[in-house]
Amino acid sequence: MPASAAVAATPQSTNADAAAVVIEDLDKRFGSVQALRGLSARIHYGRLTGLVGPDGAGKTTLMRILTGLLVPNAGRVTLAGYDVVQDNDAIHVASGYMPQRFGLYEDLSVMENMRLYAQLRGMDANRNTDLFDELLDFTRLGPFTKRLAGKLSGGMKQKLGLACALMARPKVLLLDEPGVGVDPVSRQDLWRMVQALTDEGMAVVWSTAYLDEAERCESVLLLNEGQLLFDGPPQKLTAQLEGRSFRMEDVGAERRAILTEALDLDSVSDGVIQGAGVRVVLREGAQTEQIQALADRAQVRLAPVPARFEDAFIDLLGGGPSGTSRLAERLPPVELGSDIAVSCRNLTKRFGDFTATDNVTFEVQKGEIFGLLGPNGAGKSTTFKMLCGLLKPTAGEAQVVGHDLRRATGAAKSRLGYMAQKFSLYGLLSVRQNLEFSAGVYQLEGQTRRERIEEMIDTFDLGGWLSAAPDSLPLGHKQRLALACALMHHPPVLFLDEPTSGVDPITRREFWTHINGLARKGVTIMVTTHFMDEAEYCDRVAMLSRARLIALDTPDTLKRAAASAERPDPTMEDAFIHLVESADQDDEANA
Amino acid sequence: MSQRFGTFALVRLRAQFIKEVLSVLRDPRSRMVVFVPPILQLLIFAFAATLEVRNVDIAVYNQDAGRWSHELVQRLDSADFITRVRHIDNRAQLHELIDRGVVIAALAIPADFSRTIAAGGSGLAQVLVDGRRSNSGQIAVAYLSTIAAEVGAEVIPEAQAPTPVVVRHWFNPNLVYRWFIVPGLSGILALFSALMITSLSIARERELGTFDQLLVSPTSTPEIIISKSLPALAIGTLLGLFMVSAGVFLFGIPFTGSFGLLLASLMLFILSVVGIGLMISAVSMTQQQAILGAFAVGVPAVLMSGFATPVENMPVFLQWLAQAIPLTHFLIIVEGSFLKAMPASDILASLWPLALIALVTLTMATVFVRGRLQ
Repeated sequence: MPASAAVAATPQSTNADAAAVVIEDLDKRFGSVQALRGLSARIHYGRLTGLVGPDGAGKTTLMRILTGLLVPNAGRVTLAGYDVVQDNDAIHVASGYMPQRFGLYEDLSVMENMRLYAQLRGMDANRNTDLFDELLDFTRLGPFTKRLAGKLSGGMKQKLGLACALMARPKVLLLDEPGVGVDPVSRQDLWRMVQALTDEGMAVVWSTAYLDEAERCESVLLLNEGQLLFDGPPQKLTAQLEGRSFRMEDVGAERRAILTEALDLDSVSDGVIQGAGVRVVLREGAQTEQIQALADRAQVRLAPVPARFEDAFIDLLGGGPSGTSRLAERLPPVELGSDIAVSCRNLTKRFGDFTATDNVTFEVQKGEIFGLLGPNGAGKSTTFKMLCGLLKPTAGEAQVVGHDLRRATGAAKSRLGYMAQKFSLYGLLSVRQNLEFSAGVYQLEGQTRRERIEEMIDTFDLGGWLSAAPDSLPLGHKQRLALACALMHHPPVLFLDEPTSGVDPITRREFWTHINGLARKGVTIMVTTHFMDEAEYCDRVAMLSRARLIALDTPDTLKRAAASAERPDPTMEDAFIHLVESADQDDEANA
Repeated sequence: MSQRFGTFALVRLRAQFIKEVLSVLRDPRSRMVVFVPPILQLLIFAFAATLEVRNVDIAVYNQDAGRWSHELVQRLDSADFITRVRHIDNRAQLHELIDRGVVIAALAIPADFSRTIAAGGSGLAQVLVDGRRSNSGQIAVAYLSTIAAEVGAEVIPEAQAPTPVVVRHWFNPNLVYRWFIVPGLSGILALFSALMITSLSIARERELGTFDQLLVSPTSTPEIIISKSLPALAIGTLLGLFMVSAGVFLFGIPFTGSFGLLLASLMLFILSVVGIGLMISAVSMTQQQAILGAFAVGVPAVLMSGFATPVENMPVFLQWLAQAIPLTHFLIIVEGSFLKAMPASDILASLWPLALIALVTLTMATVFVRGRLQ
């Protein structure tokens, strides 16, 4: 068997030539959909390889081919020297696979899951208590062995999945989007564990749609629509963008208008908001004149900043969407009696003995983008649900545009729009029927109803999809439809519950273009997110940890508070981890 | 502001009603619930399922060579319900045939059978019945005793006078089994379709995440309940009527009662079931749980309703419980309307409990759905 060479590459060996995975001219079709085309690549031992690309790029398909769960239509793949089709049994021994969705038994405890997994791998669970202790210690799940897997938080589930995938000491570890739905603190834990594994010589593949995760990988396979766009260390790709990224510092209140203007310039290919600043990427070969002129007019400083992997990705795909939101242009400006759009006072929610939200108080200004952040299980969704009327508070009160959610339920609810995670649309209804349903539920009648529906179809370019089922739409259009349904009644307050989780960066930019436009028209935006880039778009961020509000300020102030000697320019993620950890330390000090 | 935020707004109700109807008709699962059971039940219950005993084998161990045993065996040979009479010549074989389930009953005629009768005595024969099939066995024994009685009548032809009892069945003189089962089926069909459609409705929305979307909109809980009740009410009523017309036109069962009253009872019956279905749906997290819940409630309800066994035969406690099952009351009405031209006053006596149950279940469904907001 030609396998011996690769298998002999034992841990700690520095033999970089021996590839853990060799992919040659791989093709995979599902019916008429070409999931992978002409893919060739190598994955090496002792390295963390990022499998990066937007949803639908073919990441999961490739993962499943690598683990021998799918048979390719053409091409050849070897893993640890074994052919994934011919030596299928050997693949299951040589590889560990952690699927995207929690692949363990929710009704079994942590320990029972581990024992079961060991037995499935043909190991004697009783003889392997050392291994179990080691894995529990490694994943820091030791105190939770008796807890049911279904009751674990998102981050803990991923760690348990990882422990089970590591059970048989695989040579190649395949992780399918381990970072989804995991808060920054737990994600940092996962990174630490993966780092330890690659140091031992294991080949680890980490698939992700988050481009900031890609930047932390030693090597990256960048996929888009089934094709390999880039193969190599992320720095190599980022280096091509050197000298094209700039930031306009401290733009302040005008930053959304400035971003719109910047994105509409010919020379700018991409731009985002970072706290009080605006970060732009210039097109290839473009000069700085236009953007400098804009900065001068706004009287702000334009500073060059290091390129990011995300800049390079967007650039490879031909730049981001334009900065003007057709939606916001059409909406009338919001008029409110008071400047306070949403407020809550001493908001508390208890489920039995468990306090999910503890005495939270804040006020949100009209036209503000307000972010609710926190680790899994910190009470972020509970608080959010009380603010939009999905849960009744145990104590305290919540108001939306001056209406108490307890007393004037109907009045308050007709003044808010809500867009849930995964765009909750009626899959059995067509696009038009979904729009008509939303119009009807919000009591739009006759002429207004027809006009609003036409307005949404026109604004979001849904004309060609009216009789299609929402599930058959491309992701971007699906998101537009969800937004159209949420905004049909022109609400002055819009609630977004993790609106862009699992969405590619270009669709995400389009979404935020609309949200920025809405905020400029005076619509108040309440948003929860796990995505730190999105927190940067917020005017203010409320941080929740262990049911309490631990910080409430602008993203820039929160970042500055996390600055230290070794980290002078912390990211939002650093700020998040800093806040949560110092709150935990305070708790321990008081205890 | 011109908009009203009252408990009811027709615009909102209409939008939700259209959504519900489309969801039921486009969801393959709901469609199956609506269209497959009526056809299947029509075929199975009406043609295959029957309480009559037919196509059975009987073993006869005849040790007597006389006239009367011959007479008896010949009558067995020509009896309609027996496919084959197996003549055997030893007792061991007789046991074996019953053990193997080949025959449902065996007749052992002693050697002195004809002689005893000729001497003016009473001939005795032994009947062995397969107790594992107790119901069919009992019915077979009844058939056999009828035949034996006929032979007896021939022995003493002049003894016509003491013919003991003549049974006359009212309303269903020939005891046609279908006359009883088909009207009942209309109730069972309506019960299951309404139960399934409603129990899937909220659970489906919860799986999709659209239920939250609905709860944040200005729509009120009673609106949600009404919009989810109406499609089930419409479909359940149509299915019930389909079964009723199959009874009248296909099976020729005499319909002697008031159609208007039957329709009113059917709709009230379905409303009470809709309330139960929505309660199940409100507590189910997934559609799978909802389907299991619907069966966990539906099957015992049918068993206790009096469809299979008379309510009067149950222990007192269960009889009380049976009164809380909507199907119990509806069966009385539908069977009465078909066969015995039940007067309006009698129908009303079963109608008010239905109305009460509907009121209670729909109120509880509203409370359960509102409870999701806690």
